[in-house]
Amino acid sequence: MITILWIVGVLLAILALAFGFRWAGQMATSNAPGFRDMPLSVAFGYVFGVVLLIWAVRFYFQPLMNEQGVPVASVIFFRWAIQGLIIAMIAAFAFKQFGKFVGTEWSKKLFRSMPLTAAFGILVIIIYAIFAIFAGAIAPYGQAEILGAANVLPGGDVATGGNPDYPLGTDNIGRDILSRLIYGAQNTVGIAFITTLLAFVIGVTLGFLAATLGGWLDQLLSRGVDVLMAIPSLIFALLLMTIASVWAPRIGIPLTYFMVVIIAVIDSTRVYRLARAVALNIVVMDYIEAAKLRGEGLAYLVFREILPNATAPLLAEFGLRFCFVFLTIAALSFLGVGIQPPLSDWGTMVKDLAPFINFAQFAPLAAVTPLLAAGAIALLTVAVNFVVDWMLHKSSGLKE
Amino acid sequence: MSTLLKIRDIRLEGRSDEKWNPIINGVDLTLQKGEVLGLIGESGAGKSTLGLAAMGFTRDGVRISSGSVEFDGIDLVNASAAVKRSLLGKRIAYVAQSAAASFNPAHRIIEQHFEGPTQHGVMSKAESIADGVELYEKLRLPNPEEIGFRYPHQVSGGQLQRAMTAMAMACRPDLIIFDEPTTALDVTTQIEVLASIREIVEEYDTAAIYITHDLAVVAQMADQIKVLLKGDEVETADTRTMLSAPTQDYTKSLWAVRSFERPTKPAVIGGAVPVVSVRNVDAAYGTVPVLHDVSFDIHEGRTVAVVGESGSGKSTTARCITGLLPPKAGEIAFDGNVLPADYRKRNKDQLRQAQMIYQMADTALNPRMSIGNIIARPVQFYSGLTGKDLRARVDKLLDQIELEPSQYFNRLPSELSGGQKQRIGIARALAAEPKFIICDEVTSALDQLVAEGILRLLAKLQDELKLSYMFITHDLATVRAIADEVVVMKDGRVVEQGEKKAMFTPPHHAYTDLLLSSVPEMDPDWLTNLLQERGVDNIGDAAVGKM
Repeated sequence: MITILWIVGVLLAILALAFGFRWAGQMATSNAPGFRDMPLSVAFGYVFGVVLLIWAVRFYFQPLMNEQGVPVASVIFFRWAIQGLIIAMIAAFAFKQFGKFVGTEWSKKLFRSMPLTAAFGILVIIIYAIFAIFAGAIAPYGQAEILGAANVLPGGDVATGGNPDYPLGTDNIGRDILSRLIYGAQNTVGIAFITTLLAFVIGVTLGFLAATLGGWLDQLLSRGVDVLMAIPSLIFALLLMTIASVWAPRIGIPLTYFMVVIIAVIDSTRVYRLARAVALNIVVMDYIEAAKLRGEGLAYLVFREILPNATAPLLAEFGLRFCFVFLTIAALSFLGVGIQPPLSDWGTMVKDLAPFINFAQFAPLAAVTPLLAAGAIALLTVAVNFVVDWMLHKSSGLKE
Repeated sequence: MSTLLKIRDIRLEGRSDEKWNPIINGVDLTLQKGEVLGLIGESGAGKSTLGLAAMGFTRDGVRISSGSVEFDGIDLVNASAAVKRSLLGKRIAYVAQSAAASFNPAHRIIEQHFEGPTQHGVMSKAESIADGVELYEKLRLPNPEEIGFRYPHQVSGGQLQRAMTAMAMACRPDLIIFDEPTTALDVTTQIEVLASIREIVEEYDTAAIYITHDLAVVAQMADQIKVLLKGDEVETADTRTMLSAPTQDYTKSLWAVRSFERPTKPAVIGGAVPVVSVRNVDAAYGTVPVLHDVSFDIHEGRTVAVVGESGSGKSTTARCITGLLPPKAGEIAFDGNVLPADYRKRNKDQLRQAQMIYQMADTALNPRMSIGNIIARPVQFYSGLTGKDLRARVDKLLDQIELEPSQYFNRLPSELSGGQKQRIGIARALAAEPKFIICDEVTSALDQLVAEGILRLLAKLQDELKLSYMFITHDLATVRAIADEVVVMKDGRVVEQGEKKAMFTPPHHAYTDLLLSSVPEMDPDWLTNLLQERGVDNIGDAAVGKM
């Protein structure tokens, strides 16, 4: 009850402050349009933001340990979050500045008009790509290598239970977490990329064919896709993977191959719907009619006339779809039917180390171990979405 | 008379390519109470931007950089949002070009009508509805008591445009901005809307800014005309002076556009085999019949204009000829040989012989292909030329359409103007070396000066290459300029056909007469005279219905 009163009181106080702020602004600028036409809600937003900022700064400088010498987890995590955010912003800004002055005219122009979020997204994707491609050279240990010490905490400081040989610690059976994270990039991201690509090849080809030819083929494909989409995708994938895990050893094909195909087929249904919808808008254009009347074949229509006009929405979808595929793989691995041990994979890593999250209250460092892999997944998802947002904005031709 | 609107040295800028580009460079405008000002110019001249600025409003990405807009003593540039809210809709109203796109399709017309008056507290809802019915009656909408309770898609385009005028009138504003209210309408519908607008503006002594690119229309509506060119004022004068004695070269060139007319060609020799022969064609979309027994011939080197309102079956006839819509009955013959009905069954040579130029060059050119590739593809496809020969052929085609090859070869369609795009459309058709070209409303989306250039180009190409044209249009000025023969269509039937000269001299078929008399003329008294002639209560729908 008291809490509710507190909240109401604070909100009313902010509202009063907002009113005063707007009034002061109007006085100070002698009623120029900026403050004059400002709605109270906007003023409220400004004041609320400032209050939030003050609280954040105060919270940031709270002591890390309480009187008993126990670390205060909330403050520690908050500090890490803020520091991470600042580092990310600085990195993105530096990267954008770098792009503005290095490269071709075209890329320089691109970087000039790019928002900071997109620069951050591109930077993260590049770093992930480098780790994924050169994992073997970068990682200090092998992904399946079992080292002497298990459950070494991250940080590399012996005083807090770390070991300088394993900067991010080791997992419950003594494998180096840093190495497994780097190999995980190769396995998870690489497989996700191939799967998405396959999903697009299937979905776009069929979608374009359905839109161009229409008639019974369109009906057949579309209804087939409807049927596949009616089954919840994760359950469906799980079911098929369970069947595949029985078959795979018998035929001697690695289970991972089955996983790629199964996820690609399930996800290609979504791609099909988009590709068909986009292509339907393009096939009614007069230039398609002109090409048809010229006597052009199907291949020319699809690849030369339709595909170039559909690339923007398809590319944006590729980014989003990649995230979904990637999360599906992580989820399947977490459930134990995805990428199989001893190959390292972020989903499996989260699963294996999940119990450590219970230590968060009194040993923040220990709780970090499962969060590293989860963070790697989250960071890539956010980065890809930043880039996709920017591309969608660009292709829609909106002006700010 | 007192001054209602005073715009002084206004400058507007638009944001693109990361910088502000000028749209209007210092224009003055003064409007007295009850006066109608016509604002004319080509597309991109800044007419609409200026019209909106007169309301103190700018579109997103546009700003007023300097100058003043004073409405009845109120400074609109620096007015607060609250002040503007109290003016817009109540004392200043706006009628947009496309009523169909401006009405909310989810609400009945009357619901959108009474929103303004009730919001501004001018009238109660019941009063406003009663007033709306009265306005509908004044604007001569059929069933005024009932029409407001329909949804926008349930009434025709011309009726919707009038309903929108009624909506603008709802608060009895002092000023209405009309932004090309009749551009999207057929000539016969246009007359009704023009007459209604003029009447109601006169009755309530409303001042208006009438934006259009059609001189003949503005001559009927305006007391004063202002000509804009690329954001600069060319000249301003009262309508009669402007029409009889324009002082600037640009204005004179606008006036002269309609003077282009081709010399009459000798009549076709009897017994000559026509290039294209449409024989007793019936066609339908699904089960809805569209064409009934359409027949006409097109001879070598001649232009046949097919005219009629929208929905009369002009474009459907073209689709039958190209084979996109196989006819239900009848046949299409080319040089005396009957063509397969479906284009998929025609061979490459048959496809090559008949080409098409489209109305909207924007959708007719692949936006992701360079100009060079767009033109090269048909050349390569039909003649198999490659490398240097191909390039030489494309260059020659670009020369023929009067565009510099080296400058345009690598450009994308988005980097061209509307007229240039239409020229590329022509070049693509020519690339196939056809005998026959269908021109589907090729000039209707273009400004008059640009359209005239296209017509001259088509005439020149016809003389050089002995081409035959089927020219689909609803604009009789275009027909007069370029046609040799005319086919008039209505409701999917050929109403009348013959040599152009015969068609333009009476006696006509009643429908041809209606079409011909509906084409606005530059004479400012034309509309008044026409309405008297037809009888005021007899315009438009009534006149058509009578036949």
